Amino acid sequence: MSAITRTLGVSARVMTQVRNDKRTLGLMMLVPSLLIGLLSWMLDSQKMFDHVGPSLVGLFPFTVMFLLTSITTLRERRSGTLERFLTMPLRKGEFVVGYALAFGGLAIIQALITLSFAVYLCGLTITGETWQLIVVAISNALMGMSLGLLASAFANTEFQVVQLMPTFIFPQIMLGGIFVPRDNLPDVLKAISDWLPLSHAIQALNDLTNNTATADIQNEIWILWAWVLAAVLLGSMTLKKRTP
Amino acid sequence: MSNVAIEISNLRVVRGKSEVLHGIDLQIAKGKVTGLLGPSGSGKTTLMRAIVGVQEGVAGNIAVLGKPAGSRSLDRRVAYDTQSASVFDDLTVSQNLRYAARVLGVSKTAIDDAITAVGLNGFEKHMVANLSGGQRNRVSLAVALLGKPELIVLDEPTVGLDPVLRRDLWNLFHKLADAGATLLVSSHVMDEAERCDSLILMREGRVLAQDTLPHLLKQTKTDSAEAAFLALIDAEVAA
Repeated sequence: MSAITRTLGVSARVMTQVRNDKRTLGLMMLVPSLLIGLLSWMLDSQKMFDHVGPSLVGLFPFTVMFLLTSITTLRERRSGTLERFLTMPLRKGEFVVGYALAFGGLAIIQALITLSFAVYLCGLTITGETWQLIVVAISNALMGMSLGLLASAFANTEFQVVQLMPTFIFPQIMLGGIFVPRDNLPDVLKAISDWLPLSHAIQALNDLTNNTATADIQNEIWILWAWVLAAVLLGSMTLKKRTP
Repeated sequence: MSNVAIEISNLRVVRGKSEVLHGIDLQIAKGKVTGLLGPSGSGKTTLMRAIVGVQEGVAGNIAVLGKPAGSRSLDRRVAYDTQSASVFDDLTVSQNLRYAARVLGVSKTAIDDAITAVGLNGFEKHMVANLSGGQRNRVSLAVALLGKPELIVLDEPTVGLDPVLRRDLWNLFHKLADAGATLLVSSHVMDEAERCDSLILMREGRVLAQDTLPHLLKQTKTDSAEAAFLALIDAEVAA
């Protein structure tokens, strides 16, 4: 019972921090939509937009959550708040799940705003069920969060943590099928791409928006969640109570 | 009931490749304010971190309230306040305390008591980022007091505070000790020695002396903590 109270306490605290920071909240909720709008304006043909749009809808929650989590976790490690609260009755699992709930909640809102904007104002076509699209967007956000948590373990300074984004995210974007269809990649790169979570997120989004047949995205979702779970587990192992 | 709160034997701490604490033996009494004094870099913080169980590379024995240091069963009984305030800058004073209260499972009245104890009434709705350094430290101190812990470990809590506030905080520490709590308070300001029931003098990862101030002054034939500290160093160099 008290474990749940503490977990929700972490979520409530993180939400309050974000709420206190109106500018971050505004940027987080509006920038993805503005970029989608820009893209739809850039591409005069609806066919092109239908082709690239879905990948971007998946990319934003992923990137934003990665950045948010890697920076906040680094801040908690460096400011001493993580260490202090781990000497109190807070457990690592409660900390991580608390963060996941808070950022997951924010990600849902962000995904809903971005999706509504893309579908209703920019005319993005969806062939699959809307709820499926929401599930993919949320999975993406959690994916970004868990990778961010893991990545923050490799950074000791703000400069380093910002560099983690090109390190962890850019290769996934390049190999994810936005620039070159994944089937046209050289064999080695195709094999690597098959293992990367973002490839499957983009695949699922493409299936939901472009396929005429009923979309079957179950496999992609399972792969995404396996990654989320692995990254969360590895990430929480890097949260140490005892440090040098 | 033992009247020893912390018992340390042959404590060695290695950080990176070098040993920073070289075999420390200490007993710290319950219900007293013990001052941990020494220059910056003498190992005060490392010793405190070892006692609260967040220091890596620890060898030797540390028993805190009868349990190994860092035991989960101590997480409500021991409170630790780091040298730089460990609080959230982007939360208000009361939001910080509300979060800590939730983690500790204590009531809302405890929050008001802690804010009053550190003299931050009227600042509840202020964002911590907008407070002065001394005020931030007091928010952090309030978090440490929140759960009514039996052992309170405070790393330089009075740095940068005006004399009136410093006196008030020392009075508060003694009030807590009178109520049964054990306090271990570090400082690099030697004149704070006279405010402690008992002193531990540290230098270069070793304990130079552990005694009350009057005894130390008598033993070294000096009239201030600073002079006594110098006399002890000279004696050690001569030996």
